[in-house]
Amino acid sequence: MPMKSVRIGAGLGFYGDNWEPVVASIERGAVNFIASDHLAELTLAILQKDRQRDPTLGYARDVVPMLLRLWPLMRERGVRFVCNAGGLNPQGAAQAVLAAFSAKGWRARVAVVSGDDVLPQLLDAAAPPHHFAHLFSGEPAVNVRERLVFANAYLGAAPIVAALDAGAEIVITGRVADAALFLGPIAHSLGWSLDNREPADLDRLAQGLTLGHLLECSGQGSGGNFGCQGAWQTIPDLAHIGYPIAEVHADGTAWITKAPNTGGRVNFDTVRQQLLYEVHNPHAYQSPDVVLDMGDIALHDEGHDRVRLTGARGLPPSDQLKVVAGYRDGFKAEVTWGFSWPDAWDKAQAAQATIRRLLAEKRVPHDELFVEYPGLNSAHGALAPLPDAATLNEMNEIWTRMVLRTPVKAAADGFGRLFPWLALSGPAYTCGFNGLHNTSELLGIWPTLVPRAAVEAGVRVEILGDAA
Amino acid sequence: MSPLRIPLVRIAHARSGDKADWVDFGLFAWNEAGYQLIEREVTAKRVQAHFAPWLAGEVEAWPLPNILAIKLVLKGALQGGGARNLRLDNLGKAMAGALLRLEIEVTQSELDQALNAPRVGWWPE
Repeated sequence: MPMKSVRIGAGLGFYGDNWEPVVASIERGAVNFIASDHLAELTLAILQKDRQRDPTLGYARDVVPMLLRLWPLMRERGVRFVCNAGGLNPQGAAQAVLAAFSAKGWRARVAVVSGDDVLPQLLDAAAPPHHFAHLFSGEPAVNVRERLVFANAYLGAAPIVAALDAGAEIVITGRVADAALFLGPIAHSLGWSLDNREPADLDRLAQGLTLGHLLECSGQGSGGNFGCQGAWQTIPDLAHIGYPIAEVHADGTAWITKAPNTGGRVNFDTVRQQLLYEVHNPHAYQSPDVVLDMGDIALHDEGHDRVRLTGARGLPPSDQLKVVAGYRDGFKAEVTWGFSWPDAWDKAQAAQATIRRLLAEKRVPHDELFVEYPGLNSAHGALAPLPDAATLNEMNEIWTRMVLRTPVKAAADGFGRLFPWLALSGPAYTCGFNGLHNTSELLGIWPTLVPRAAVEAGVRVEILGDAA
Repeated sequence: MSPLRIPLVRIAHARSGDKADWVDFGLFAWNEAGYQLIEREVTAKRVQAHFAPWLAGEVEAWPLPNILAIKLVLKGALQGGGARNLRLDNLGKAMAGALLRLEIEVTQSELDQALNAPRVGWWPE
């Protein structure tokens, strides 16, 4: 029997986020589900490195301690949990959760959604050359094929609905559209079809997608990271922020709110900052389930941390799915150090010139030497004009951050070693050198498209474990 | 009456996000009077000129009067993307602050209207 309304609470907004605010949503927020987004665009790159080290890894490991904290509270109240913490290894994530539960004597019915990995398709040298071109630039994929490290399609809500229909208490996916983590439980609970193409059905899905989009970044939907001058200071108690909660009725009527007696703020301003976050064309926000037009959305601020959402318009989804792939793109080595008054600016410039000379004399291969001054211009770059040299020389201290970009790992590894001798033989009053060994690999991101049918044929929903 | 030059931060708020090599902004007026000003003044061309020292790619803008906002997308803004960007702000999370430095031209009475009209959102004291 479909429910008349459902409440979903936001879990994490990224791998490493704080799950303590979820406790208030479960205990006092009357939620039926928690949905948790562990995968930013680049997270799969981190998980790939884990998996290379240990093939049982490759998932967002915070899901285990998170569920050890939250599952007793959720189970007591019948709250179910959906997350994409599976990353590159949803099976491994589920096994790790079940092993941790087993050690506590807990049981749970866990569903695993897989099939988003499309790396083999991108690596297939027999693929026509125009396939998997860069979504923005049109560059052919052959230019990066040898260097690809992961490629995952964004799945929609359908496998999550299937998992919940099968009675899963916990659903662990790999890459899915972030908002699908929320649209899945909404569609499951309210009996919404994901396949109907009537305008009213699409509009309802668009309402659900919008709610998911508003919740997928945890505290950013309830007053966190609120960018402005002069109002953010009045948002109460961010230390105990309440993550946003969506309430949606079967006809698509919807609200954003949060648990009582929590910090943060849900109002017209905080909700609309999140509404447009990481959106490109607001009249065609793509997802695998529905394309959202925000042009008629209205946010009715009812006060007291409750905003009603109306007017989301839905259009049929495309027959292609978005893929984000990552490819190895050289190395960087990064050094930071400071000089103090007097003449701090001139000393920093002299030291920098010395390093440039050494790079040239030693013929260190590199593409770029990037320089910025933390405390002066590292946040706003050229849009934060520097004071003149006389003023800079009167400052208490000048910090320099130099980053070498190079295709050669040995060049990156040697970069930090160009600096230590300056402590005794360079300009005076230097301190805080950091970066003797500071090489990391750079990754390029390759957004592209893949035919939906080719991916969906391989999507699997598997149930592990037993209900408690 | 000669127009004033004011930074957007006086009448608007903003958040930035990243997808691959694109940075996007939501720019929001606090009220309808402020929205009339940002809709008139904050064009794709102006934003492109503002970020020109930094940015090679083009800018797209969509006005959204329903939420008193302008959506902006800056292409090619992250040195190829967050995981190959050498800046400390590799994801452009602080770039919305740089947008709020953009100066627009308004008359004193337009500015007074935008500053004196109440905020739409619920902001209890």
